[in-house]
Amino acid sequence: MRYLPKSPSERRQMIEACGLDSADQLFEHLPPEVRLNRPLNLAPGISEYEIVEYFRGRAAECATGYAAFLGAGVYSHFRPVLVDTVVSRGEFLTSYTPYQAEIAQGTLTTIFEFQTMICQLTGMDVANASMYDGSTAVPEAAMMAVRVTKRSGVAVSRALHPEYRAVLNTYAKNQGMPVVEFGYDGDSGAANLEELERSITADTAAVIVQSPNFFGVVENVKAAAEIAHRHGALLIFVFAEAVSLGLLEPPVDADIVAGELQSFAIPPSFGGPFAGIMATKERFIRQMPGRLVGETKDSRGNRAFCLTLSTREQHIRREKATSNICTNQALIALMATVYLSIYGKEGLRELALQNLSKAHYLAGKVKPRFSGPFFNEFVAECGGRAPEAVNKALLKKRIVGGLPLDRFYPELAGSVLLCATEMTKREHMDALAQEMAPQ
Amino acid sequence: MKVRSHITQNEDLLFEMSSPGKKGYQLPALDVPEVDPRAALGAANVRKDIDGFPEVSEVEVIRHFTRLSTWNYAIDLGLYPLGSCTMKYNPRVNELVARLDGLAWAHPYQPESLSQGAMKIIVQLEDALAEISGMDAVTIEPAAGAHGELTGILLIRALLEKRGNPRKKILIPDSAHGTNPATAAIAGYEVENIRSNAAGGIDLEVLAKAMSKDVAGLMVTNPNTLGVFEESIVNAAAIVHAKGGLVYMDGANMNALVGIARPGDFGVDVMHINLHKTFSTPHGGGGPGGGPVAVKKILEPFLPAPRIRRGGRNLKFDYKRSKSIGKVRAFYGNFGVMVRALAYILAHGGEGLRNATVDAVLNANYIRKKLEPYFDLPYKAPNMHEVVFSDDRQAKLGVRTGDIAKRLIDYGFHPYTVSFPLIVHGALMIEPTETESLREIDVFVESMISIAREIETDPQLVLSAPHSTRTSKVDEVTAARKPILRWRPPAAVQG
Repeated sequence: MRYLPKSPSERRQMIEACGLDSADQLFEHLPPEVRLNRPLNLAPGISEYEIVEYFRGRAAECATGYAAFLGAGVYSHFRPVLVDTVVSRGEFLTSYTPYQAEIAQGTLTTIFEFQTMICQLTGMDVANASMYDGSTAVPEAAMMAVRVTKRSGVAVSRALHPEYRAVLNTYAKNQGMPVVEFGYDGDSGAANLEELERSITADTAAVIVQSPNFFGVVENVKAAAEIAHRHGALLIFVFAEAVSLGLLEPPVDADIVAGELQSFAIPPSFGGPFAGIMATKERFIRQMPGRLVGETKDSRGNRAFCLTLSTREQHIRREKATSNICTNQALIALMATVYLSIYGKEGLRELALQNLSKAHYLAGKVKPRFSGPFFNEFVAECGGRAPEAVNKALLKKRIVGGLPLDRFYPELAGSVLLCATEMTKREHMDALAQEMAPQ
Repeated sequence: MKVRSHITQNEDLLFEMSSPGKKGYQLPALDVPEVDPRAALGAANVRKDIDGFPEVSEVEVIRHFTRLSTWNYAIDLGLYPLGSCTMKYNPRVNELVARLDGLAWAHPYQPESLSQGAMKIIVQLEDALAEISGMDAVTIEPAAGAHGELTGILLIRALLEKRGNPRKKILIPDSAHGTNPATAAIAGYEVENIRSNAAGGIDLEVLAKAMSKDVAGLMVTNPNTLGVFEESIVNAAAIVHAKGGLVYMDGANMNALVGIARPGDFGVDVMHINLHKTFSTPHGGGGPGGGPVAVKKILEPFLPAPRIRRGGRNLKFDYKRSKSIGKVRAFYGNFGVMVRALAYILAHGGEGLRNATVDAVLNANYIRKKLEPYFDLPYKAPNMHEVVFSDDRQAKLGVRTGDIAKRLIDYGFHPYTVSFPLIVHGALMIEPTETESLREIDVFVESMISIAREIETDPQLVLSAPHSTRTSKVDEVTAARKPILRWRPPAAVQG
């Protein structure tokens, strides 16, 4: 096997050094009933060439060369070349969590920069080193709000990504955390804050809203925060399309921000690996889950970084930890860090502006169902036709149409969620419009 | 201070090298009219500048990150003997195939007819992991080991609830990883720690006494965190099963078992597998991971949705699963990590995987043999893929495991795992993995012996280590006492 760097004679030498006749003796102490007495039923090992061929075959069975209008939490943005150049460095790729600060300053410094940029983007005071993804960051934020407020429930907008809500519910039902959902306004597509006002109680630890929400509509975060705070609850602000932060007002009124960074040079990759974030106000640091990197000095007085405040974490606190999270998404967060350093202050705004412009061009041809302001996604009807029929016709033109919404919102049957990014071409938008809303 | 006398200069943070108007990007010209954001979004929704955000050039970006990368230790530089973490070689072909367009750009909501290749990869990985673990079904949805643990414990809870009572407690040996008790707590269970026996293994008497109708299950790591196979695992499982509980196995140490023994054959009902340990996907400085969960048939109905339905002409996602615990992560988990893990399995095949396990165990035993004369070995049972010494002898001279670890850095190695498991006082937990050559291991062994001698002759040299690193000993106490968790412009610091 080519990944095993030993010659037969070296292996022999080591077996003898252990005082054994054969390597099989290493396992003789295992009770006979637990030993596997047959080879694993797996095909024989194959060459590198065959591995590449195999995966090329699988890749060819997936969509390539299609123009796509899918967003819904996973966005197609151009990935600058430098991103993979950096994350392919073996020193980043093949290192572990930076516990040994003296030989991990590379990773630690990039995480510190990451934490800083997330704070700058979100208007929060502190951000952790990353979460698994947006969907798992939401329940972690909810559990944090429960710890902070000593209340038990959360109120969640139905316009929060349906899969994020599903994950929240899985965590919540085992935590004794009641989850109440409040609806969206049928005209604007924004969270129905009157309904929020009716559903919030003295036991609500947090109100959870996403902006732009699942329908692409920009929420009135200030108003949602005002309601939450008036009732003694926290506001958890969620984002799934991180590029929107280049143009939209940062959620400074929120208490916790939980989001998904996939838009920042992380390949869609059939849904993962992605990177989530969590950011919050200074006063809640000790209740925040996940790794944190802090600045300090080495013994010679040079600036240095290290993991810190680990007394919140599972390897110290065990069952009393703020979370069971251990592995985070360091390498994926590094993709985002490189991406943000390439685009920078002006680039991120310009990029966001292009997304906004493309989506609004499309909306000029295919009428949005909701009236609320939107960023790069909106809901549209298919002119009385079934979305499946429209999408089938589009596939013939090598276009993957919008996401049919009946799957998550039965009341929106007949509608699709359309997304346009800087990579969406005008000609494809025209072709989509031709099929969805013939002039 | 800007300069220093070292072959690697000080490196400014991105924010410090920033200058207004510098650019590292160029966007294509817009092919549609530009929209006025204030009109489209409402003036109140449009942000001002992103205060403090960097403005740097492309050349500075590549130099910055390349320079920083050289300040890291990595598997690509040498042996990384972190016990419990299985730091093995990360094959580069895995990186290449994960980046193929059809896979890397696959949208999770694209039509199933255009996703068959990706779905086949998932199915094939699930099947391979089921065969390797001896279990009946696998979900690939959990994003990492601890996430897999949570999924597994929720599965146990779901089954027991179905049987009428979710029960209250989870039993966890005192040698377990910290994630185990943290997970049980998040799944809504009380944790009862059970004391290990004199050999560091499961004490059947203690277990039998602790096991009751209140106990949902046992979380066990096998081989345990001493690197020792739990020889009484079959009996332990029988004790748990007799009272209606289930056995969860933390698969962190699966690298000792692949092709040799299967958890499904020794009484385990549910376990997670760390793709980033056993199956070589890169740790990436702390993630991403992959934590598939393998289960026995009785737990299959409760697995997270969707499952992939086979049989027809095409694979199909099946969301209609009434007994499912729900979703633990959006979409289908860390697919890109699955691609890499499957590439690893395909490269080895069944026999190759077993050979890898044999070499991993051989390497650990060789190190044990070579270092036993110099370091105290508190538990003498035969070890598998890792070996745990204690600093007992060195501590008498005032040098602790953490100090030895820092001195090992001077010899060009990443330290072993320090002070874990907790049942060993002053533990040195060493896991070489199978992807180390005899020469690399010999150099490591000689380094450890050399340090043992230094402790006898010049303990101060060890206590003040590391000496040869760019960054000398880092003040972690001040970092925690006065947390500085983000960069701020100098003016703000003064103000």
